[in-house]
Amino acid sequence: MQIYFQHARLSVYSKQKIPVCWADMQAVATNPVIEFRDVSYRVADTQVLSGFNLQVYGGETLVLLGRSGSGKTTSLKLVNRLLTPTSGDIRVKGLSNKDADLIRLRRGIGYVIQDVGLFPHFTIERNIGLVPKIEGWPEERIRARVQELLQTVGLAPGIASRYPHQLSGGQRQRVGVARALAADPEILLMDEPFGALDPLTRDELQREFLILRQRLHKTVVFVTHDLREALRLGSRIALMEAGRLVTVLAPEDFLRSTDPLAAAYVRAFGEGLESAANRGTS
Amino acid sequence: MNVFRFMLHNHDQVLELTLEHLRLVGFSTLLAMLIGIPLGIGIAHRPRFNKPVLATANIIQTIPSLALFGFLLPVPWLGARADRLAILALTLYALLPIIRNTYTGIRGVDAAVVEAGRGMGLTESQLLFQVELPLAVSVILSGVRVAVVISVGLATIAAAIGAGGLGEFIFRGLAMVDDRVILAGAIPAALLALLADFGVGWLERRLQPR
Repeated sequence: MQIYFQHARLSVYSKQKIPVCWADMQAVATNPVIEFRDVSYRVADTQVLSGFNLQVYGGETLVLLGRSGSGKTTSLKLVNRLLTPTSGDIRVKGLSNKDADLIRLRRGIGYVIQDVGLFPHFTIERNIGLVPKIEGWPEERIRARVQELLQTVGLAPGIASRYPHQLSGGQRQRVGVARALAADPEILLMDEPFGALDPLTRDELQREFLILRQRLHKTVVFVTHDLREALRLGSRIALMEAGRLVTVLAPEDFLRSTDPLAAAYVRAFGEGLESAANRGTS
Repeated sequence: MNVFRFMLHNHDQVLELTLEHLRLVGFSTLLAMLIGIPLGIGIAHRPRFNKPVLATANIIQTIPSLALFGFLLPVPWLGARADRLAILALTLYALLPIIRNTYTGIRGVDAAVVEAGRGMGLTESQLLFQVELPLAVSVILSGVRVAVVISVGLATIAAAIGAGGLGEFIFRGLAMVDDRVILAGAIPAALLALLADFGVGWLERRLQPR
């Protein structure tokens, strides 16, 4: 047990300790940027989400952690109203998103999904520049913005004229992130954005995500089922199970948590490392 | 080679009937596209209606063409002019491939692409015109292609109700038991079908998304 904990601390923690200043943030931003108020969502006979209460504060990365079917993706889609709650209210920047103009709301929120969903018939430049374009930005400003964003996500400028099918999976997801950032939204919703990538590319993108977050100060809601990713990227981790919020913890508290589900996650995570270590020694 | 001599000799009439034929096919296909494409889009977005709509189009397709021409004959405004009637009947036949391919094409657009587009704040019409239709266009056009080829063949039967077209030659040839006359209608009709197939196919490839 002890061995694996050290492992976990070394591999996850040491890299992860970047100054995100959670304490500062709480002092500055007392009003949540996103707030779920007693939200439930059911479709047909399935209660996907029930009694869900959660606040997401400015500049933090809140990770929704849970297994498939726990309601984390649903929660995310409720924020940009791809889904409408059965009951309860979701407030984005203090405004109930029932009253918000749907299109305006969505354009103010960057959305990144696992399958990326780049438009296959558009060049990378058009993909990234689509929202600015329909927002009526002048052509030159769009082009400059696209170049700036390509640099931000670590892609060569020449890629702008290519098509999505000519890119690798990692490059495509970088474009996905760039596209979400195009109109400089305050909020980013990310649904397992790195889930389909190979481990090394994922690691690379996670690292860049941390750097990016420090630079851009976005409020991020990040869905994952990967504890390692949650520990690494999250300011706080909201643990979900069967449509309910179990607990919200800072990453450093997560490993020490006595909550049975959180402990189960840590155990499952540790066992992988432990068994790998044991195979090496025996 | 008698056929070609006959055609050459009657080239005015061959040309006239070919143009008439083109008119029947052209108008009916256009009409079928104007009705079928929006209908196909509609049922792709509201799957609830897809069964009844496709079933109806299917049933129409199974009515023998001669019978359909006959059925429509007593309809007041339609029956007054044979070409109107023929165009309507041909439109009805062209509907199925166009509706079905539009439906298939739109449904075939990657769900992640549509979700990303919607999540980014595209309006439903922006989503349709900038994403769904461009990505579905080659499937839709292949439906149009099938429709046109069917129409060129069916339109020869329109001559039976006096709507003109290359069928005139065919029916006349049948009555006269003269192969030359039959072929003078059949050969240009076959060429038209091939040409239309090739033309729409070319357009389909040109507009194919990457």
